[in-house]
Parts: sequence; structure tokens; C-alpha cells
Amino acid sequence: MTRLTIPKTYKLYIGGKFPRSESGRSYEVLGADGGFLANASLASRKDARDAVVAARAAVPGWSGATAYNRGQVLYRVAEVLEGRRAQFVQEISSSEGVTAAEAGRQVDEAIDTWVWYAGWADKFAQVAGAGNPVAGPYFNLSVPEPTGVVAIVAPQGEASLLGLVRVVAPALVAGNAVVVVADEAHPLSAISLSEVLATSDLPGGVVNVLTGSPAEVAPWLASHSDVDALDLAGAGALEWVDLEIAAAETLTRVMRPEPGVPERSLDRILAFTETKTVWHTKSLI
Amino acid sequence: MKDIEITGRGFLDYAPAPESTAILHLQDSYGLFIDGEFVDGSGGSFATVSPATEKRIAEIAIASEADVDLAVAAARRAHTRTWSKMSGSDRGKYLFRIARLVQERARELAVAESLDNGKPIKESRDTDVPLVAAWFFYYAGWADKLDYAGLGANPRSLGVAAQVIPWNFPLLMLAWKIAPALAAGNTVVLKPAETTPLTALLFAEILQQADLPAGVVNIVTGAGETGAALVRHPDVDKVAFTGSTSVGREIAKAVAGTHKKVTLELGGKAANIVFDDAPIDQAVEGIVNGIFFNQGHVCCAGSRLLVQESIHDEVVDRLKQRLTTLRLGDPLDKNTDIGAINSKEQLDRIRSLSDLGEQEGAERWSAPCEIPENGFWFAPTIFTGVSTSSTIAREEIFGPVLSVLTFRTPAEAIAKANNTPYGLSAGIWSDKGSKILAVADRLRAGVIWANTFNRFDPASPFGGYKESGYGREGGRHGLGAYLAAGGSSSERSERVETKGDNK
Repeated sequence: MTRLTIPKTYKLYIGGKFPRSESGRSYEVLGADGGFLANASLASRKDARDAVVAARAAVPGWSGATAYNRGQVLYRVAEVLEGRRAQFVQEISSSEGVTAAEAGRQVDEAIDTWVWYAGWADKFAQVAGAGNPVAGPYFNLSVPEPTGVVAIVAPQGEASLLGLVRVVAPALVAGNAVVVVADEAHPLSAISLSEVLATSDLPGGVVNVLTGSPAEVAPWLASHSDVDALDLAGAGALEWVDLEIAAAETLTRVMRPEPGVPERSLDRILAFTETKTVWHTKSLI
Repeated sequence: MKDIEITGRGFLDYAPAPESTAILHLQDSYGLFIDGEFVDGSGGSFATVSPATEKRIAEIAIASEADVDLAVAAARRAHTRTWSKMSGSDRGKYLFRIARLVQERARELAVAESLDNGKPIKESRDTDVPLVAAWFFYYAGWADKLDYAGLGANPRSLGVAAQVIPWNFPLLMLAWKIAPALAAGNTVVLKPAETTPLTALLFAEILQQADLPAGVVNIVTGAGETGAALVRHPDVDKVAFTGSTSVGREIAKAVAGTHKKVTLELGGKAANIVFDDAPIDQAVEGIVNGIFFNQGHVCCAGSRLLVQESIHDEVVDRLKQRLTTLRLGDPLDKNTDIGAINSKEQLDRIRSLSDLGEQEGAERWSAPCEIPENGFWFAPTIFTGVSTSSTIAREEIFGPVLSVLTFRTPAEAIAKANNTPYGLSAGIWSDKGSKILAVADRLRAGVIWANTFNRFDPASPFGGYKESGYGREGGRHGLGAYLAAGGSSSERSERVETKGDNK
């Protein structure tokens, strides 16, 4: 006789905790074969706003951590993810209908993506910053700093784990906090990744994961005045021009939609930074 | 200290020393500069006046939507046929030529700028025009070194850049916009501000002297509608705007869903933080320079003075004493410190915000100075007892008006400095280097001056956080704003962007 298994309740990830949607709503997640997999939380406007509050609260700590520390934490995510590889392979193959081998490749690439971005944490400022030779007695230095709270619509409909990692990891490198709306059809790996994040020394609130309808939640994030940047990577099928217009009201920085899963790139780190230039006066001796 | 007589008379009286306008050879009317030639506009015309005398300087054409269309078409042709095919070293040589021509005609440009804008000749002569030449010289050298711009090998120009600039530094803002655009291989349609078109039109003559290929730079004069037609034009690839946050917001909305790359350099409400260990004499000079330079018509002006409580009275006293020695008057006079407010409209705004400051309970003090009969003038003004919630502590006044607030601890100074939707600049005054570094780290502003203020250099990136806009101008960062990465990644982004255009 086989043992009766314990199915997991998939909830949201906000401020380091796993609450259900305050709306009490959930939606049915079906496998590739049409069978029932889980009831995921259907995030509401209030959940999105709670997530922004949690993200804002997490910015000082995360952006104030040393680059070496942030790099180690992101590497730690890769370590913990590696240890739970089998779970992700199973979730992805049942949800996306891909073979275990294909799911395995996706998980491996997701792990390697964390490692790649972890390595950037204490280097991107050297590549993107500058000591500027101004015509005067000044020590003039330009340094990229995190923009703040980044709201992201994760890639939709393909490679749910890798798509999520490819947008979340680069935003974290510089010290931003993130609110991400997961792949609507395949949200399970996003919540399982949240469990990885929660046990990887990443402070609560640095990453907040919402499952549900991007079309419903994204407008609240785009128009939220405490969101500093908006990554529309997976919003190509939404009315994303309206989202960009809503974001313009508070000059929120916008990355326009991108088809498929974004490549690893330094640009994605720098897109969520602000260059600060400081002029230090040299004394006349 | 307080018994020093505050009158602004006596040994501080100077004989007038006006710079001659004989150096100018102005036309009575100016057309639009399109495809290398001055042409008549089809949108009518307006007079540009001297804000110091309200006298008409010249008649300026208004570019209609059809004129803007012609200018963009000329820029597109020049990009496709000439400028994008030219070697970087040749593009650089044109920019070097322009830099030299600006230096050669520096005095003429300075006089024209002070005449049209109202800023003191000492500023246009010693700051604006030298920086214009420096900007072209700096970016000239980049034109054949784009592989080092930080976008990988063989970065590409974007195409046609639409550039809309403000009236506070007319020629300097033109240089900030045109120099990097051309170095990167783009062509340009630029709209100067309605009240200050003169030096842009003299600059067009310089382009003719430089023999710059036709259509590489086009200048369309007019008001807001001309600018709106330009940034909304579908054949524009890049929009660069300097001006108010409210217009910046409209531009960000207008380009939403298009392929256009945007940089916005908008308003500010900078904190100038003076700690009790600051060198007070230098700090007072820095405060004056921070808010009264260019009549306070500076987006990065240090309009909020945050002074440590223990030295508040001393700093304010010395500041009043110093302001009493400033000479307000004829912008063309070499002795003038404070020139004219650029327009009646701006003067009205400064007046109404200052009145509001009084109504909300702040204490107003204005330097005693004679206000000329004609023209637009506003005496240097300080508000003390300003609370953080006061309108004059929150809204950009864009005039010679300083709001003084106090703080007790560095943490309080930082909190107050960051308590604004803007984030363009900030100042820190202290003799303690370690304190400056720590405070600078925590200020949310794009440009921070430590023991100085309002310094600009073509090698130094400039631009804001938050609602002060996005993107940087100046330095390698400013060059990148006019380039796309070569190869696959930009091709990828083009695919998506097309989708947006079709919406």
C-alpha cells in the first residue's frame, strides 16, 4: 500500500512570510495533462501594496549590506536551490509538460544564473562607475547605486523558474528590493523558489512574490508611487503601454517587454541603478 | 557682526562697466535652421525680448508641425546618407572645429546670452560659454572611441535625436545635448526655449562656418507646441529633455509604447547641508553660489539650506551681510552679480510662491537693492523659520529664494534632505572628510558637491534620482545615452519595440 502524500499549500511570499491572499481568493493550477496540481493564491491589489511596503522596508538593509555580503547571499541561493533540484524538476515537468531532462536543464541554468549574478555584486560598480578627470581641484567619483523598489512582471508561459530567476536575480545585485508577479499559468516553482530564498539568508522583504493575474496586479504596481522601477519583461501580452503611461506619473523607470526568457546581462543590473556623482573639494596646500 | 550697516552703499558703489553690444551682428528676424539653411517657418513668429529692458531683440520664427516634419526628415536623410557613414574621426574633427569656433566667438556668444536670457555677463562669459566649448571638445574626442563607451564593440547610433532645452542655460544646454549626440553618430533636431532662442541661432551660423554637413543639426524655434510635435514625431529615435518635472512627465507618457530612448533632466529642490564644523566663510560663499547663481534659475540650485542648529544664527547673519553686497542690475554690466528674471511669467511664479512662504509663517528677508524700472527683477531673498511641510520647502521656485531649515544630527539632516520627490543634487559642508563620505552615501541625489556647489564639467555625469528624471548627461555615461549595443541584444530589443510602435 502506498503512502498518502501531503500536498503543499502554495501561498504568497511577502516580507519574509508566506501569507494567503488577504482577499481569500485562490485559483486552480492545472498540470500540462489538465489534471489538478494546486490552488495558488490569487493576489489582490492589497497584497501588491503590502508587498511594496515590505520591499521598501527592506531596501535600507539590503542596499546597505556590503557588496561582498550580497554576493555571498546570492551564491547561497544557488547552493540551497541545488539541494532542492529534484523538487523543482518534478514541479516544472508536471506543470510545464516538459521531460525531466528538459526540466533539469532549466533548473541547472537557473542555479548557474544565481552564481553568475552573485559574482557581479562586487564588480559591476567597478565596470559602470568612473573617476572623472574634471578641470579643477576636485576628486570626482561616479558610482552606481540601487534605484530602490523594483516591480517586475516575470516572463509568462515558458520556463517558469528560469524566467523568474533571470529577472529577479539581476535586480537584487545592486541592492534593490523586488516585488515580482510570477508566471500566471506556472506559479508553483515561484513559490518553491520563495522557500529557497527564505532559507538563504536573504532578508525578508528583499524579494516578494505574488501569484495570480499580472493583468490585474500589474496596474497597481505600475501606478504605485513608492515603486521606483518597473520591469515589464513578461508583460508583452498585457496592455503594457498603459502600464508605462501609469509609471510615467512618478517618473518610474521602465524596462519595456522582452520576448521569451531574458539573457544574463550586465545591462539588467545597471537598468536598476542610479549613477551618483560626488565632487570632493581638494584643499589648496 | 549685527552692527555692520546693511545698506549696500558707500565703498561698494561701482561705476557702470557695461559690455558693449557692438560685437553682435544680429539679424532683425531669424528663420528656422533646417537642412543646413535658414528657412521661413510656416507657424508665424514671435519677438524675443531682453528681460532686463523688455526691449525687442529680434523676430523669431515659430516652427509648425509641418516645419518639424521637414526638420526630422532632414535629420533622417543626413543620418542615413552622411553622418552614420562618416568615420568617427571625421565626426570628431567637426566637433573639434565647433569647439574652436565657439572659443573664437566666445565674447559675442556671452553678450548675446546675457542680452536674451538676463544672466550676468560674468556668468555667461566665465561659466556658460567656456563650458560650451569644453563640452564640444570633450565629446569630439569620443567620436572615434565608441568601443570604449561601455556598450561593447561597435555600438550603433540611435538615429534622429529630438532635443528640447530650457531657458536657464540656453547655449550650455544646447552643448550638453548636441555634443554627445553627434559624437555617437546621431543627427539632431533641437528646440530652444521660447524665451531664449538667440544663441541657438548664432550657433547655427557657427555650424555653417564649420561646414557641418546639411541636416546633421536642425534648430526649430517656437513654444511648447513645437516641442510637443518634435518629441511625438514617429521618426524620432531618441528624446532628450531638460525642463520641468511636469513637462517631463508628459513626455514620458508621450513616448510610452514607442521604441524611443529617453533621458529626462527635470526639477530639483536640493538640500545644501552645513554642519557646525564647516569652514563658515567658504560655506557662505557656497550657499550664495548655490542659490543665487543665475538668479536661482538652476534645476540643481541649493534651494533648501539645512544648517546645523548651533550655527544657524551665525550663518544667517553672515549670509544677509554677504547678500547686501551683491549688485543687482544690468546683465551686461561686468560688476553685476544678480541679473534679470528671465520672463514675466517666471517672475510671477517666484512672487506668488514667496508670498505663500510668508502666508505659511516663514520669515522673509530680502537684500536691500534698487530694482530697475523696466524689466523683470527679484531681490535675493531668504526665508527663515521654514518648516519641512512649507510650500517653499517642497516646491521648486526656480528663482533667487532660499529656504532655511535647521537640523541637530547628521541623521536628521539626511532625513530632511531626502524628504522630497526630487533627487537631483545636494551639498555638504564640513571639514570632516569621513563625515562627508558617510553623508554623501546616504543622500538620494545624482550629483553631490562637498565643500563646493554648482560645479559642472563635461567629464562628470549629471542627472537625477526619483522625479528629477532619468539618464545621465556628461562623461562616458552621457555618451551611452545616445548609443545602442551592437549585435544581437539590440536586434532583440528592436523586435519588441516594433510591437509597441504598432499599437
